[in-house]
Amino acid sequence: MTLAEQWVAFYTIVRKEIRRFLRIWMQTLLPPAITMSLYFVIFGALIGSRIGQMGGFTYMEFVVPGLIMMSVITNAYSNVVSSFFGAKFQRFVEEILVSPMSNNTVLWGFVIGGVARGLLVGLIVTLLSLFFTSLHIQHIGVTIAIVLMTSIMFSLAGFINAVFANNFDDVSIVPVFVLTPLTYLGGVFYSIDLLPDFWAGVSRLNPMLYIVNAFRYGVLGVSDVNVTTAFLMVGGFTIAAYAYCMYLLSSGTRLRQ
Amino acid sequence: MAIALQIKGLRKVYDNGFEALKGIDLEVKEGDFFALLGPNGAGKSTTIGIVSSLVKKTAGDVHVFGHSIQTDLAAAKREIGVVPQEFNFSNFETVWDIVVNQAGYYGLSRAVAGERAEKYLKKLGLWDKRKVASRMLSGGMKRRLMIARALIHEPRLLILDEPTAGVDIELRRSMWEFLTEINKSGTTIILTTHYLEEAESLCRHIAIIDGGNIVENTSMKALLRQLQKEVFILDTPEAISPDLVVEGFDTRYIDEHMFELVLNKGSSLNEVFAALNKQGLVISSMRNKANRLEELFVGLLNAK
Repeated sequence: MTLAEQWVAFYTIVRKEIRRFLRIWMQTLLPPAITMSLYFVIFGALIGSRIGQMGGFTYMEFVVPGLIMMSVITNAYSNVVSSFFGAKFQRFVEEILVSPMSNNTVLWGFVIGGVARGLLVGLIVTLLSLFFTSLHIQHIGVTIAIVLMTSIMFSLAGFINAVFANNFDDVSIVPVFVLTPLTYLGGVFYSIDLLPDFWAGVSRLNPMLYIVNAFRYGVLGVSDVNVTTAFLMVGGFTIAAYAYCMYLLSSGTRLRQ
Repeated sequence: MAIALQIKGLRKVYDNGFEALKGIDLEVKEGDFFALLGPNGAGKSTTIGIVSSLVKKTAGDVHVFGHSIQTDLAAAKREIGVVPQEFNFSNFETVWDIVVNQAGYYGLSRAVAGERAEKYLKKLGLWDKRKVASRMLSGGMKRRLMIARALIHEPRLLILDEPTAGVDIELRRSMWEFLTEINKSGTTIILTTHYLEEAESLCRHIAIIDGGNIVENTSMKALLRQLQKEVFILDTPEAISPDLVVEGFDTRYIDEHMFELVLNKGSSLNEVFAALNKQGLVISSMRNKANRLEELFVGLLNAK
């Protein structure tokens, strides 16, 4: 296929993916909006007002970046894993497998679909947060770069999950039992400076800590970790996940008999 | 004439150790209407799966219009349209989206995709259903949707894996007409089917596969020439005796207005009617007892 034809194929997947999550907005866009609004009300407005300052900011200001990033991560991941596994489950992934599209086109089509949902939900949550606090983004480049890289990384991770998933339980295991706990323990609700040294050290093994803090640095200008380290880590994981996805597609693992 | 599909020494051993194909050779010429027949589990769908790249081969070579699926897969895929046995489209998408998106996967612009979608959906009687979610279609409509989808990039080789399974007679006939039409327009067609009448009336060449081996590969005419005998059922307006004998032919009494007559290879129907006239037997109608190809098919598989 020529480059122009690959572009058409890529656009077709992206368009289909975006239309899919917009069509089922009650399942894809509404729940994170409601959940995050509740977080803002309970942790920010009600409990947060009694907690006082954290890292030099009101508690509401402190938690907002983490909650936005949590939404981006969960939704980018969920979009790809549910969409690609659905295609496998109903066998219409074969429409793609019999076509002459390159593996890169297939992969980036699904990844950009995941990124689009992650960013859209992130935007919705950001707009909702403005009802509770004001946001003055300190480093716009860092903010955009980390949110883009993170959504790409988790879209790729969702793709890997979808390839190996055998049933719908396998699709929800990682978001429920891995992503959510790691995000909660990744400094969304607290600064690791509050933790004893041992637990602060343990927290530094959690990749979510770096992602959340890099985003918080972009928005608030403060971070518990080195932002360069965060970018290197996200970049490294993204490259590794991309290479593995390409291997899965080219070898046909779990896709071709 | 170009070779549409060339298979050499194709072998497939699944992960569970089952050897589905034991090194088959097959050649389908451009423009042919080719039947690939065999009992369940014979290796038909595995062969189609490998050609369409949904199944990984263990050994052997496959070329589609000269493009190796090993070294030039994208070019080979471009030449093929596949209609699988099982429905494999999204239940939530509309007929229109399924067909147009498939065109997009082949790099066709939405304008071209739209024109072709209209052409094939109209030809296949699905135009009125274009805005309907695919899950709302009847079984026959779903089969036609898969044919429209397979044709959207206008492949030179169309592979249909039991396209008329579960389709009513009227619809099956209209699908035969459609397939004959696109074959006449130059598309090479490979068909697997359990309806042997379908293969006999549509296909010019035939391969029979059993246990992962090709047991017969010839023209339909040559295969039918192998037929040693044909059994006809004859109806009589006047009552016949259970002891009926037609000189020179084996017969079997069915009821007082119907009997079977065996016509051996080398005999003609003229001889049958001469014998019947001689005995004063009036025949109101006659028909084949069974599909001719079916007899050969069963015979070939039993002979193994």
